[in-house]
Amino acid sequence: MSALLLRDLRLAVRAGGGFGLGLVFFLILATLVPLAVGPRPDLLAPVAPGILWLGALLACLLSLDRIFALDAEDGSLDLLATAPLPLAGVATTKALAHWVTTGLPLALAAGPLSLLLFLPPGALPWLLLALLLGTPALSWLGTFGAALTVGLRRGSLLLSLLVLPLYIPTLVFGAEVVRRGAAGLPVATPLALLAAITLGCVALLPFATAAALRVNLR
Amino acid sequence: MPERPDGFKGIPWYADDPLPHPDALRIKDGMDRVVSELTCCRGEAIVLEGVSFALRGGRALVLRGPNGAGKTTLLRTLAGLTPPVSGAMPDPEGAAYAGHADGLKAQLTVAENLAFWAAIFGTGPAEVEGAIRGFDLAPLRERRAAELSAGQKRRAGLARLLVTGRDLWLLDEPTVSLDRTAVNRFACVMRGHLDAGGAAILATHIDLGIEADELDVAAFAAKREATLRDPFAEAVE
Amino acid sequence: MSVWEYANPRRFMAVSARLLPWVAGAAALLCAAGLTWGLFFTPEDFRMGHSVKIIYIHVPSAFVAINAWFMMLVASLIWLVRRHHVSALAARAAAPIGLVMTLVALLTGAIWGKPMWGTYWAWDPRLTAFLILGLFYLGYIALWSAIEAQDAAADLTSILCLVGTVFAVLSRYAAQFWNQGLHQGASLSLDAEENISDVFWQPLVLSIAGFTLLFLALVLLRTRTEIRRRRLHSLSLKARLA
Repeated sequence: MSALLLRDLRLAVRAGGGFGLGLVFFLILATLVPLAVGPRPDLLAPVAPGILWLGALLACLLSLDRIFALDAEDGSLDLLATAPLPLAGVATTKALAHWVTTGLPLALAAGPLSLLLFLPPGALPWLLLALLLGTPALSWLGTFGAALTVGLRRGSLLLSLLVLPLYIPTLVFGAEVVRRGAAGLPVATPLALLAAITLGCVALLPFATAAALRVNLR
Repeated sequence: MPERPDGFKGIPWYADDPLPHPDALRIKDGMDRVVSELTCCRGEAIVLEGVSFALRGGRALVLRGPNGAGKTTLLRTLAGLTPPVSGAMPDPEGAAYAGHADGLKAQLTVAENLAFWAAIFGTGPAEVEGAIRGFDLAPLRERRAAELSAGQKRRAGLARLLVTGRDLWLLDEPTVSLDRTAVNRFACVMRGHLDAGGAAILATHIDLGIEADELDVAAFAAKREATLRDPFAEAVE
Repeated sequence: MSVWEYANPRRFMAVSARLLPWVAGAAALLCAAGLTWGLFFTPEDFRMGHSVKIIYIHVPSAFVAINAWFMMLVASLIWLVRRHHVSALAARAAAPIGLVMTLVALLTGAIWGKPMWGTYWAWDPRLTAFLILGLFYLGYIALWSAIEAQDAAADLTSILCLVGTVFAVLSRYAAQFWNQGLHQGASLSLDAEENISDVFWQPLVLSIAGFTLLFLALVLLRTRTEIRRRRLHSLSLKARLA
């Protein structure tokens, strides 16, 4: 599994791997929102948690269709399925690689970007924590969606349609943590729920992903 | 060449090669692989019915039949990718499949690609080196797969078979885009694999100069009335 | 004879053909009775006036919208475990009905909301959860129609249905957590101390029963259509392969 993880990470950072595109998208989004809404801090500060979470979520969505489609194209997926590695392990590794190359950088980039949106400084640690806890769920759910649509030629639009509703609970609790943090309210409950969703996704979704992959490989 | 207690007969395609560790090769000599009454499907359609044959270790089986007869379907079924509708077949855990796509990552070098598959299949650097020598890939080992020609890519893809350490090779048109030298090279590797007790099932139209059994896949073509495997094939009302 | 024999399409077609007129008739009767009673023979609510009467469409459609998803869940599980084709097709057949019922519930809710809350839409947890349920229906239907191979489509949509159920329920509670709402509590429940008064709930139960039968009739009808469509698919596949 570590070999697959290393390979995916190496592929992501080599030319054409698409690493960093999500980050740039996130930056552009954080720039466009003030341009659309207006520059006033009293307008931006209240929506900053939501915008940052939504930006991270959409940036995450951008790279989902690459998770399995590239491997399916060059035949690696067939070979991985015949390898001694269980397919759920492949799914877990793929999701982890996606998180390391997308979710983690997004969570780290959210700090500087929060300045552009006048997020109250007190909320910053909560933003980081919420994104670090919540983005794995996005990657694991996205891997599941990618496995459902891997056999389809134009699957990426359908992939968004399938995955976005699944993202709702994560988005709600993640943004709620930051909003409460900004308002100085206790954050323990949404934080615990966010962590529960992530842990549940990490523990159970790879099996659904593997089942979907098996169906699509036949 | 010294006799070895495990019956491993050496590597003919590279005579003065130090012998790889026999555990890593995991080749079981003289094992019979029995396929009986296998029914295979492609998508929703049943393509082959009642496929039966036995393959002894050290033997190769060449699948014959026109395009669309079901050779690829049979190979994918034996590889465990498509579940068979019915029938018995050997455990796909022992099989290495090489299809039309090479499974190479364009941004990785040949050596990196092979080392990756070695790690996935639980073998080591010895197999990677053996595979690189076997397919004469030493000059290309630091090239990225994107920089290879189609034939070179094919060779690197076939070299993966050696790093899997599996004893049944399932090959779908392995010689496509190979030149004559490379085909001979491949035939040598194949002979070595068979001599070491491995087995192979291959769909190919060219003669590799290997003594092999033949199986006409067209003989197992599914009957017209039985081409679907769902209850909607017959009238519903 | 076991109940699973009805999962044979041929048998299902024969039985459903005989069953359908009765179910449809009963649905029409109960709906007509419930709605007539509810709309014309109940008193006006002292706070809500005439507008309360939309409850006889709003609540039954919401009830069916939620339970249609659970029916799909059960049918998907049956398909995954026992591989009965009719079950998969019944799940497929139920999805658009569930979606329409969701829309009806949202629409009647909006019409009711305007005089009561002064707005067509509010980000109330129940309303939000229904909107999200509609999105889940849309995704499910889209996945079914995107995949050519029918058995693979049935497998993948069933897996989506299982995962989607968990996340739809999660979304429901997330929405509740996120915004405390305007919506009144459950109109009917078995454990509540105080339900709505008898004059309202008797016709309401009747309409809910009517809508449920209507759903059943529509599922039967649409499953028959799906079976025929599947047969058509098989025939054209056969013609192409031959």
